[in-house]
Amino acid sequence: MEAETTTEAAIDRAALFEFLLRMGDNTLMLGHRVSEWCGHAPALEEDIALANTALDLIGQTQLWLGLAGEVEDKGRSADDLAYLRDVYEFRNLLLTERPNGDFGKTLMRQFLFDAWHYLRLQTLLSSTDRRIAEIAEKASKEVSYHLERSRDLVIRLGDGTAESHARMQQALDDLWPYTGEMFMTEAADTALSAAGVAPEPQSLKAEWDELVAETLSEATLRKPTDGYMHGGGRRGMHSEHLGFVLAEMQFLQRAYPGATW
Amino acid sequence: MYAQMVKSDVPRVKGLDEMGPEERAFQERIDAGQKIEPKEWMPEGYRKTLIRQISQHANSEIVGQLPEGNWITRAPTLERKAILLAKVQDEAGHGLYLYCAAETLGVSRDELYEQLHSGKAKYSSIFNYPTLTWADIGAIGWLVDGAAIMNQVPLQRCSYGPYSRAMIRICKEESFHQRQGYDILMKMVKGTPAQKAMVQDALNRWWWPSLMMFGPSDEASVHSAQSMAWKIKQNSNDELRQKFVDQTVPQAEYLGLTIPDPELKWNENKGGYDFGEPDWNEFFEVIAGNGPCNAERLGARRKAWEDGVWFRDGLTAHAEKVSARSAAAAE
Repeated sequence: MEAETTTEAAIDRAALFEFLLRMGDNTLMLGHRVSEWCGHAPALEEDIALANTALDLIGQTQLWLGLAGEVEDKGRSADDLAYLRDVYEFRNLLLTERPNGDFGKTLMRQFLFDAWHYLRLQTLLSSTDRRIAEIAEKASKEVSYHLERSRDLVIRLGDGTAESHARMQQALDDLWPYTGEMFMTEAADTALSAAGVAPEPQSLKAEWDELVAETLSEATLRKPTDGYMHGGGRRGMHSEHLGFVLAEMQFLQRAYPGATW
Repeated sequence: MYAQMVKSDVPRVKGLDEMGPEERAFQERIDAGQKIEPKEWMPEGYRKTLIRQISQHANSEIVGQLPEGNWITRAPTLERKAILLAKVQDEAGHGLYLYCAAETLGVSRDELYEQLHSGKAKYSSIFNYPTLTWADIGAIGWLVDGAAIMNQVPLQRCSYGPYSRAMIRICKEESFHQRQGYDILMKMVKGTPAQKAMVQDALNRWWWPSLMMFGPSDEASVHSAQSMAWKIKQNSNDELRQKFVDQTVPQAEYLGLTIPDPELKWNENKGGYDFGEPDWNEFFEVIAGNGPCNAERLGARRKAWEDGVWFRDGLTAHAEKVSARSAAAAE
């Protein structure tokens, strides 16, 4: 039996549930996108690395959504949450549902997310909710490897041929307007921060900027200026892409309600 | 193993007394059960046959990612998704060990890809069949990996050291793959009538192609006789097929499924099952490129390779820049 955490008394269940969905939906969506590459990567080593990354992300999804279900306390499992919610109930960042594009765009999306994900997990290691801190500890080991790999490839391809440079720059320019959402404050963020569960998203921005700027400079890529930033994913306002992801991902659970697999 | 009908380039198997001293010493080492290692002398035919067989096997692992990979995004639970990802990742890893084993024989991975993409090198006929339902993922693990294990277990004793060692690692992982396939089906046959029907449909479609994985009867094949003399191959295709049927029929019964072969019958005298002949015309059509998915499978592999040119060139260019910079710094 879990010891009563300080958080449970201090923060309402709904805010905590919301936070856990955000974490789990990010890893679920990105894991899904990455797994779409299976068998189609530009080198065998990349096929292996992508499958491994997707596997880590799906494993983390099981933990975050599993805990979300417990916190919600309505009898929903991680699978119920993954497979039986509709678009407006998903809380992932828009960045994670962006289509793969070419391999450069897939890698750039991974790097921009990994840099945030790594920093986010670092802050969660000292969460007042022990269950969150435990998941963060397990996940941060995997994510520090994801970041090392995506950062390295962004540098090598940015500073590779003229074509690889141009592709990486294009990927960066296309994805940049989706990075601001990682630092936007939404409902529940202030309460979560006050309870010591998770610091406000904005607090990660300076370190993320520094990490990204340093990597892009080494990659000889130009950091785009911060213009308009898309948001809404964390409130359930998604792009059209998510519906197609869910149609594919949830097919069996929807077509055969109640069946066990 | 996923190699079928590997040619050996020999008109007939020579006796020891017809061989020169080097070849004779080589054959005697094989007969004594010793392993042949990369730098050692070997007949050209042995080297070429091994390259064909190992590359066919490696290509099969790589192409084999596709039929299963297309269900990762549709796996019915997070756990099934994770298991399938792990399995497909293993297959890519098997491809990697095998290409490395082939490289010890003096051929590069790029050359082997080139042969695959041009259609010169083959991959197993089984991967040209479509995966239509989730039960197919179970059936592939159970039947296709089951047939592969039947072939691979003896290959752990293959005379060529690097191949034999690769097979030892691969076999460990394949038995996990077969279990996960059977586990998917166990769950489904205990489920709803629709799930049970899905499993029977998958068996109906995968049974005959699985039997074809062993290749046509090779009792009269000089290539097989030579491969056996070289201990690249240990059992005839018919022996392995019989073993597979004998092992699989009780498993199908346990699942409550019907094998789609009216001629299937226990034969007390031989202590094994009698069974019908696969449609070898279909097999030869699939090998010739006319299977249901040949164009998609090979097309997907070619596209992955061609779309990845800029990626591979970018990495190479970066590595050259780095070494040029460090050379300049050292001056």
